[in-house]
Amino acid sequence: MSAGIDLENVCCDFGTFRAVDNANVSIKPGEFFSFLGPSGCGKTTILRMVSGFIEPTEGAIKIGGKDMRGTRPNQRPTALIFQNLALFPLMPIWENISFGLEVRGVDKATRRKKAEELLKLVDLPGAADKMVSQLSGGQKQRVAIARALAVEPQVMLLDEPLSALDLKLRQHMRAELRAIQKRTGVTFIYITHDQGEALAMSDRVGVMSQGRIQQIAEPRDIYDNPVNGFVAGFVGENNIFEGDVGPASAGMAGMSGPHGAFRARIAPEAQGKALKLYVRPEHTVLTTAKAAENSVEMEVTEVAFEGAFISVHGVAAAGKRLSAEVKNDGVTVVPGVGEKVYASFDAARALLLPDATVRE
Amino acid sequence: MQDLLRRYGTGLTTIFCLLVAFWILVLVILPNFSMLFESFFPYLPVVELGGPKDVFTMQNYEKILANPIETSWFGVPVTIPIHVSTFIDTVFFSALVTLMTLIFAYPLAYFLAKVAHPKSIPTLLLLLFIPMWVSEALRAFAWYIILTFNGPLNALLKALGIIDQGIRWQNGVFTSYDAIVIVLTYCYVLFMLFPIYTAITSLDTNQIEAAEDLGSPWWRTHWRVVIPHAKPGIASGCVMVFMLSAGSLLVPTVVGSTKANWFPQTIYTWFNDALDWNTGAAYSMIFLLVCIIFVILAMRVFKVKLSDIAK
Repeated sequence: MSAGIDLENVCCDFGTFRAVDNANVSIKPGEFFSFLGPSGCGKTTILRMVSGFIEPTEGAIKIGGKDMRGTRPNQRPTALIFQNLALFPLMPIWENISFGLEVRGVDKATRRKKAEELLKLVDLPGAADKMVSQLSGGQKQRVAIARALAVEPQVMLLDEPLSALDLKLRQHMRAELRAIQKRTGVTFIYITHDQGEALAMSDRVGVMSQGRIQQIAEPRDIYDNPVNGFVAGFVGENNIFEGDVGPASAGMAGMSGPHGAFRARIAPEAQGKALKLYVRPEHTVLTTAKAAENSVEMEVTEVAFEGAFISVHGVAAAGKRLSAEVKNDGVTVVPGVGEKVYASFDAARALLLPDATVRE
Repeated sequence: MQDLLRRYGTGLTTIFCLLVAFWILVLVILPNFSMLFESFFPYLPVVELGGPKDVFTMQNYEKILANPIETSWFGVPVTIPIHVSTFIDTVFFSALVTLMTLIFAYPLAYFLAKVAHPKSIPTLLLLLFIPMWVSEALRAFAWYIILTFNGPLNALLKALGIIDQGIRWQNGVFTSYDAIVIVLTYCYVLFMLFPIYTAITSLDTNQIEAAEDLGSPWWRTHWRVVIPHAKPGIASGCVMVFMLSAGSLLVPTVVGSTKANWFPQTIYTWFNDALDWNTGAAYSMIFLLVCIIFVILAMRVFKVKLSDIAK
């Protein structure tokens, strides 16, 4: 029913521009896998290569262990949901959904029945005879999903399908998509530039930049243990310090720079590279007294109320901008603008990371 | 109207309205109305105009039913008035020209709109347009030369060894209208191409890809997605080519065989050779009316609305 996908040393060139550079990933059957990255990072190119609209310049794409080179999109066991959905506006909803079955020579009564079943599955009963233009954005979304599911694909490919929806609907559709994926057991490959979406829905996430896959890991790992500065910066906010890194011992290393001496975690493979220290604002604590280690004095310049938390921005020595998130729990004291406080963090929460992996 | 007034002021708006009114009234309605009026009166010497013979009559219309001849359609012998026979041939072969232009124009329009590299489009369009800069008369004469017995087409086919003997193209290989159909198709293919090209350009490429992704072979994608979208363009192209072909006088005169009569030639003969403007007017009215009915019927059959064509 569902198939795994293997990308083996996949490269894709457009003229002299390398859109995808040596991508290697093995996606398990039934997995919800997201490619996350800024626009132009090559994630859509990967999706179009898997669906068959582009052939990789080098490397192999395997679906269910079978090399797909030379197989046209209409012969692949994949179904693509386009960013603009690409529903057929001149067909009623049920014909849209059953188009893939029509192609396969299924008779009209069976197609109609199947379309109505799928409309129930995506929670849109009674829409069979409506036209595409009569539906709202969220409803069109569901029709697109039903149309893709109708051909019983082994792999569903989704190209930022939620980006056109408003925030409330987007959050609702996230849960819905995840539920449909669990119910059908189909392998999902999801493309997005929205880190919240990728982290909330996926089993695993591949973060991409400039055509290269930077890190493949579970969402929590991506956020807590990014492998480099790009991943850390793309999935969340950071306070960043520069300095000279000392020798590592027991996974920790010291760093000394213009803002003082720090201690942070270091990955074995990062040793010996040019590193910076990254720490998340929510792991940065504000105190009036200097802490024992990892503490920087800053002057508060802005206090932004965000609801569940309060974002405090400040400037340390040499114009270094720092920020911290203070929980809005009614207990923690929030400093006012102009106050001098110490921004401190736990060494176990800070990471020494290299910059993004780029091609040599 | 309010919008027009606000944007251009009273002076310009009045000029616009007067020009449009002049066009519709003086250049369209009045001449046609005068023709309709004249068609109901007999052709008389000047001295008898306004005399007792100058009365309302249907005799001009009745003339089309005179002079039955024996001819055959697809092997079936029929006896039919000569002008009605010409008339039916004209409508039939105009429809054939329309079909031929459609067969040539649709793939080309699809290629230009969806396949060709955007950078090469201006060059390709220019290449298509250059022949249009030459007058229709010259193009018809050029084809006359191409199709003559000792002309370049026969020479080429002989040189390639495809034929031993020259073919008399103007007499016709399949029907006596072959040359007319070929040249009309050539002359009017662009009138079919551009409406279809414009229609296909507005189709979202993702829809074509979506159909393919769902497993559709290329012909089904065209049948279910591209052609339905391009239908208004196809319809307006068909109406234009059909009306232009049916109304063409020059091409049949230049390349037509002695056996091929085109209805506009018959009308021309009434006006110019017989100097009987009244009967010519009656024939023109019949031709106009039947062509309009034919187009409306075709639109009904293909489920196209008039508003689609006007787009």
